[in-house]
Amino acid sequence: MALPTYASPLERVWYYTYLVICGLIFLFLIAPILIVIPLSFNAEPYFTFTPKMLTFDPEGYSLRWYDTLLTLGHPAPETPRDSTWWSAVWERATWVQAAKNSFWVGLWATILATTLGTIAALGLSRPEMPYRRLIMALLISPMIVPIIIIAVGMSFFFAKACVAPDSAMSLIFGGFLSEKGCLANSHMGVIVAHAVLGIPFVIITVTATLSGFDQSLIRAAQSLGANPRTTFFKVIMPLILPGIISGALFAFVTSFDEVVAVLFIAGPDQQTIPRQMFNGIREAISPAILAVATILVIISVLLLTTVELLRRRSERLRGVTPR
Amino acid sequence: MAEATPVLLTTADGRPLKEALAAAQSRARRRAFLLVLPLLLFVLLTFLIPIGYMLKRSVEHDGFSASALATVAWFETNPNFDPANPPEEAFAALVEDLARMQSEKNTGMAGTRINYSVPGSISLFKAGARAAKDLKPPYKEALLALDPEWGKPVLWLGMQSASGKYTTEFYKVAADRKLTDEGWARGDDKQRIYLYLFFKTFLVSGIITFICLLLAFPVAHLLAVLPMAKSSLLMIFVLLPFWTSLLVRTTSWIALLQEQGIVNDLLVGLGLLTEDGRLTMMYNMVGTIVAMTHVLLPFMILPLYSVMRVIPPSYARAARSLGATSWTTFRRVYLPQTLPGIAAGSLLVFILAVGYYITPALVGGADGQLISNLISFHMNKSNWSLAAAIAGMLLTAILLLYWVYDQLIGIDRLKLG
Repeated sequence: MALPTYASPLERVWYYTYLVICGLIFLFLIAPILIVIPLSFNAEPYFTFTPKMLTFDPEGYSLRWYDTLLTLGHPAPETPRDSTWWSAVWERATWVQAAKNSFWVGLWATILATTLGTIAALGLSRPEMPYRRLIMALLISPMIVPIIIIAVGMSFFFAKACVAPDSAMSLIFGGFLSEKGCLANSHMGVIVAHAVLGIPFVIITVTATLSGFDQSLIRAAQSLGANPRTTFFKVIMPLILPGIISGALFAFVTSFDEVVAVLFIAGPDQQTIPRQMFNGIREAISPAILAVATILVIISVLLLTTVELLRRRSERLRGVTPR
Repeated sequence: MAEATPVLLTTADGRPLKEALAAAQSRARRRAFLLVLPLLLFVLLTFLIPIGYMLKRSVEHDGFSASALATVAWFETNPNFDPANPPEEAFAALVEDLARMQSEKNTGMAGTRINYSVPGSISLFKAGARAAKDLKPPYKEALLALDPEWGKPVLWLGMQSASGKYTTEFYKVAADRKLTDEGWARGDDKQRIYLYLFFKTFLVSGIITFICLLLAFPVAHLLAVLPMAKSSLLMIFVLLPFWTSLLVRTTSWIALLQEQGIVNDLLVGLGLLTEDGRLTMMYNMVGTIVAMTHVLLPFMILPLYSVMRVIPPSYARAARSLGATSWTTFRRVYLPQTLPGIAAGSLLVFILAVGYYITPALVGGADGQLISNLISFHMNKSNWSLAAAIAGMLLTAILLLYWVYDQLIGIDRLKLG
């Protein structure tokens, strides 16, 4: 926005004030995220900048909190760091376990939410879909209903949602459920809960992509003899793939960041990164949390870049040219 | 000339065209619905049923009705008894139940159930159950001699109210109604903690929504009027917080705002504050408001931006050329066109703020807690039915707001980035 040539001096002053205000708001948005990065290299167990850090004294900085991530909950920090040490880290270190749990839960929740969500979005974007508005409202509601309510409901229900031992259901699902065969305190329970929370994001992004999708392409494919499966994989899928991927990434991030449902329905075996952080912030606040935070910020930068690239590609494909 | 008879159009196989079309349409509807069905079933099982189950818990508690069988039976035959002076057989039934509770070890459950409406009942029931075996008739005098509390009308009203498996009592408690000797009444103004917290949650959410609007408006406007290349670059500042873990953002606010934190250090370093005058900005309402504003700001910027981007700049130019000052142009021409964005962003931020849990739990301290934290508190105390009742009230409020959102803006217009 350039200032018009006829602007009065007062308007000029206001214009530059406005730019400064916007700059400050951008600072408010971004500074709290970036501030954790230098803080995580603190050599002292403080949550603030030490005088040594401010004078850029190398002694003020260290990687000790990153080291803590590998050694916490792992009995042999002293031994030489050979392959046995690393395999012990992989098997035992608390944060590494949490990262593995978060990753697997997030992956399965994403697969579940994206598959079901994409298929449903295909139905929802058809003009013939009955009760479209009501069903949309229902499928988006996990994003709107407070997470604490969902978590309370799930904690009541999942404790009762059990399979009888030695039944057919138990043979199929038993491995994913808790020892008692219930959804509560099980990986499956957390995955299912996170999938529900991710569904609104998949529905929103995929239906948005489909709204720019030319439905006559489907009829064209069918008239040329493609069966529904071929039509989906050869015609629909390549065009809506960017939407599906960004929906999937949203679903993954939702799961990867989710703590309330985990607090209410998970057992000690389902320790995830957010849960570990939540407990860490509540109890003894150590800069190790800042090290984790830094890693998470880097991950979110990568994810954001991916989504932005996908969005631009999708806009190009749909012929939406940026101004 | 013969009169034209209406020609019945038919398909190739001889069916009337109208029928064939209707059949084809209903087939298409069925196909579309079948695609949505798997997800609907999944959401039903893992979302709707759990919430329904929670609502059931909010009106159900059999802690007393399942163990005090004789007393419950007596209440059924004498629904209109005088609570100020219950007869001997009522006391006899109660003593019989207390003795059985002691042997079945479920006194605690029954006491807890009565405790919701009559505080102090847990210890009363435990003491009564321990002594019940040795009590001799007449039971009324014996029990009153043990503890005169057993004769209080409010206790008998509480037990009568608890004698069914289903009850609306938890909603009454959550609405700060108190059981008195005369029945349910409005509680003391000083003790109206639940409604007060509801009010506070809505007030804080309103404040946060307003601050978000104030901060989002200039930024969204700037993003909307800048050329695409520059605005996409600046958009990263909005989207990065959106993609960053909530816990990371909460952690950094702790680092920034705590007493030995960066903001205080900076202010002391600049000489604006003395070492003893450090501001308390964390573990109170200020911390909750600042951190939640930061978390929810992108949800305000994005809807505002998408509305502002399509406002033609020529309108403002036209207003200026017709002699309007820049302030009048903004107030009379630009602002009214942004109203859909303001409504969408404000409602979304308000809805999300009302149900917030993590940020108040971590940075709110004792003063900055919201209604979600109270639900969690009662869950941890195993007051499941009360937690469910408060959650039920919160859910009603949220669904109402959600309905307003759908009517005003439409759910399918919700966008992410």
